[in-house]
Amino acid sequence: MRILAISGALRSGSSNTALLRAAAEEAPAGVELVLWDGLREIPPFDQDDDLVPGPTAVEALRDAVREADAVLFATPEYNSSVPGALKNALDWASRPIATNAFRNKPVAVIGASAGAFGAVWSQAELRKVLGAMGARVAEVEVAVGHATEKLDEQGELIDGTVRQELRDAVATLVTLTLESLAAAAA
Amino acid sequence: MSTTIDQAVIPTGTWTADTVHSGLSFEVPYAVATFSGDVPGFQATLTDGVLAGSAQIASLRVKDEALQAHLLSPEFFDAERHPEVSFTSTAIRSEGDRVAIDGDLTIKGVTKPATLEGTITGPAVDHFGATRVGFKLETVIDRREFDINWNMPLPSGEPALSNDVTLKADLTLVGA
Repeated sequence: MRILAISGALRSGSSNTALLRAAAEEAPAGVELVLWDGLREIPPFDQDDDLVPGPTAVEALRDAVREADAVLFATPEYNSSVPGALKNALDWASRPIATNAFRNKPVAVIGASAGAFGAVWSQAELRKVLGAMGARVAEVEVAVGHATEKLDEQGELIDGTVRQELRDAVATLVTLTLESLAAAAA
Repeated sequence: MSTTIDQAVIPTGTWTADTVHSGLSFEVPYAVATFSGDVPGFQATLTDGVLAGSAQIASLRVKDEALQAHLLSPEFFDAERHPEVSFTSTAIRSEGDRVAIDGDLTIKGVTKPATLEGTITGPAVDHFGATRVGFKLETVIDRREFDINWNMPLPSGEPALSNDVTLKADLTLVGA
């Protein structure tokens, strides 16, 4: 099983990207988490450019989502909501709505923040956006507050409790994905 | 004024829906108006007093393609996992042309009891010599009982979409 991991942060030392690296380490055998690194290349959404095919970077994202069995997001929280770059990428990916790459795709959302709340509001908004796009949103929440205290100097997650939460979250997403794969094969 | 009560009899035998002359539809209050759509892909039979039907939810039609896509998505009907909705009657009660049909309604994989109420017309012979019986039925469900929970708040704070949805079936059934 291939899970695409999308971080909503661009910063090289991002705690959200660190969460996804840790989730990849904690994934069970047979489950591969692949970190997507194309967010910076996605242009601002412009309906004038919403052609077939779309911009190269956008088509690369759509292909990466289609080739994955599921998608795991880790999102920061900017001004109580989803980072603009991530929302912009999803606005591109959602086109055209009836056949978009996220349609029926199992997805899960986790998040980390420097503050106490672990990006819970951003996570909720991201789930709402993904639901509107037609994704199958897993009932998963990992909210890592005070995230910088849970990373070492190399940016590795050193908090065992959070690692267990990540294992549980990935397991829930894997279960949802297996159900989808079985339904598709039926 | 005199009142005549005809004791309608639910016909025995096998009757199959003429889907060209039948329809399934839904109405739901949305914001300040009523939103409606229909589900043209369905089949229904009345067999020895049991009314049964199923519909392919992917055939659902509304006036906007993006909305149709949303309605078929996991947030609403989840057509990928639950491609059919169905109803099977457990009891049909009638008085005159009024009918009340108790049965099991399945939407999004959830089965709940429901009573369809309305009228029966016929049986009557049509202009081609076939015998037809008609049902005009409706029921109101709370969509949340079928795990269809989506909503958005209006600026007033009120939810945009009603939880009560009217389901309608206009059936023309042809005798075997």
